[in-house]
Amino acid sequence: MKNHVWRPLFVVIGLVVFILLVRMLYVPVDFNAQEKGYTFGYHRLSNEQEWKDYPAKYKESGYCLECHPENTATLAESAHAMIPCENCHGAALQHPDAPELLTVDRSRELCVRCHSSLFMPSSGRSAIPGIDPAEHNVDELCSDCHNPHNPSLEEM
Amino acid sequence: MKRRDFLKSAAVFVSGASVSISALEIFEPGEILAAAPELRWAFLVDTYKCVGCGFCVKGCKIENDIPLEANVTRTWVERYVLTKDGDVVADSPKGALNGFTSNLIDQNASGMKKIADTDIAQAFFVPKLCNHCETPACVQVCPVGATYQTADGVVLVDRTWCIGCGYCIMGCPYGVRFFHPVEKVVDKCTFCYHRISNGQTTACVQACPFGARQIGNLRDPGDPVAKAVLTQRVGVLRDEYGTKPHVFYIGLNMEVR
Ligand code: HEC
Ligand code: HEC
Ligand code: HEC
Ligand code: HEC
Repeated sequence: MKNHVWRPLFVVIGLVVFILLVRMLYVPVDFNAQEKGYTFGYHRLSNEQEWKDYPAKYKESGYCLECHPENTATLAESAHAMIPCENCHGAALQHPDAPELLTVDRSRELCVRCHSSLFMPSSGRSAIPGIDPAEHNVDELCSDCHNPHNPSLEEM
Repeated sequence: MKRRDFLKSAAVFVSGASVSISALEIFEPGEILAAAPELRWAFLVDTYKCVGCGFCVKGCKIENDIPLEANVTRTWVERYVLTKDGDVVADSPKGALNGFTSNLIDQNASGMKKIADTDIAQAFFVPKLCNHCETPACVQVCPVGATYQTADGVVLVDRTWCIGCGYCIMGCPYGVRFFHPVEKVVDKCTFCYHRISNGQTTACVQACPFGARQIGNLRDPGDPVAKAVLTQRVGVLRDEYGTKPHVFYIGLNMEVR
């Protein structure tokens, strides 16, 4: 065969080898498929560990007991016992180191999430006493009258 | 062709072909069979218990650094109102980040809709999140291997490898994927992989005051989620897509999409 047939073939082979070399260097060594096979499990294996190391921000209410025993005890006996502290005070992160204080959210928006009166017959919402936020003591904060840690109407 | 030429070209062809074949790793089917995982994460939502407070959405956004005001979220809550005339009206203001505080239902272009209490037959909330499917459509369409399923069934995105092409956003039947406005890659619910792998529960589960959300191990017969899935009447969303979703719902209506 003539040379002019061979030359393009060598170029193609050279290209293929080049691309494979680049791929070898560029793709991380731990790119592989595990139990899930190639269809669903082909990935950089170390990424799983990276996700596991993502910092957690919520500490959950048990953490607060140690330093805020009074609030914890009051809340535990109240009708609000099921609400985690951090829902109202924000994620604890490294509190009390950073942040030193957690936010004290006195906004009406916090309470009307649950207490705005909606007609929801087939959901748990119907079991929560509701108010109309546009009518119930409009210009004041809920916590001026109600104790968020113990909302009992008798003990107001 | 001369014999010499034939040998030459054969040698070139074989060496070329072998280089390209060496790029493909051969997969052992035995490996898949041998790995019988004793952990498979699954999620259980009790729609009767949900009150639509949206603390799960807020908790998720803070835990996973999704900008609060951006119009994207890994989990959201929908409100369904079924009228006595058979109409289905649904909304999810800001994904329920601030809960549901008004009885006006947001109908986008057609404005806010008020349904009189006396016309309502059923009304309830449906929390949604990634279904961590057994055969995830989103993973199949990824052209670069940036999204994958772990051995314990969680679907994750490799942020360093994602090129942001958006195929997976289109491929997901549940619309749970979105483009992260800060990271500039595709983002989705991870079942809080960092929390569940370290003995904690997910941010949304711990935030829910009413126990409407639970996460557990389907392979552990003593697990409350596994028990509920096996013994109660649970439903999944969009079963017809064949993705085998692993978020199970108690009290799911056929009106819920
Ligand atoms: C290691 C001890 C410790 C733990 C655990 C802790 N706190 Fe605190 N917290 C403090 C200290 C110290 C302060 C600042 C002193 C003060 O004003 O009481 C503080 C302040 C606060 C404040 C602000 C009070 C104010 O008057 O502004 C809130 C709200 C709060 N903590 C909530 C929580 C919650 C919710 C948790 C659980 C997630 C928690 N704390 C866990 C020690 C702790
Ligand atoms: C329903 C929302 C809610 C929950 C749940 C809640 N708090 Fe509070 N908390 C508030 C509000 C609102 C205030 C501000 C009260 C005020 O203005 O007097 C507050 C005030 C505080 C303060 C500072 C002032 C004080 O009274 O000592 C601390 C500390 C505190 N909370 C700790 C906790 C802890 C610990 C828990 C969990 C056991 C908890 N809170 C649960 C809403 C909540
Ligand atoms: C997570 C939802 C939720 C949030 C947020 C919440 N509450 Fe409540 N609240 C409840 C539930 C549930 C009850 C008790 C219902 C029952 O069992 O009777 C309750 C009870 C009450 C009651 C007593 C009503 C009665 O008839 O005894 C008052 C008052 C109240 N809450 C005020 C507040 C205020 C003020 C805030 C904001 C600081 C607030 N709530 C935030 C869920 C919530
Ligand atoms: C000026 C004081 C005041 C303020 C501010 C206030 N309330 Fe009340 N609230 C009351 C009193 C008094 C009652 C009991 C009498 C009644 O039912 O109106 C009450 C009753 C309630 C009840 C029980 C209703 C029922 O039917 O059992 C809820 C829930 C409630 N308030 C929530 C809130 C929320 C949420 C806010 C803030 C958005 C708020 N309140 C602000 C004084 C106040």
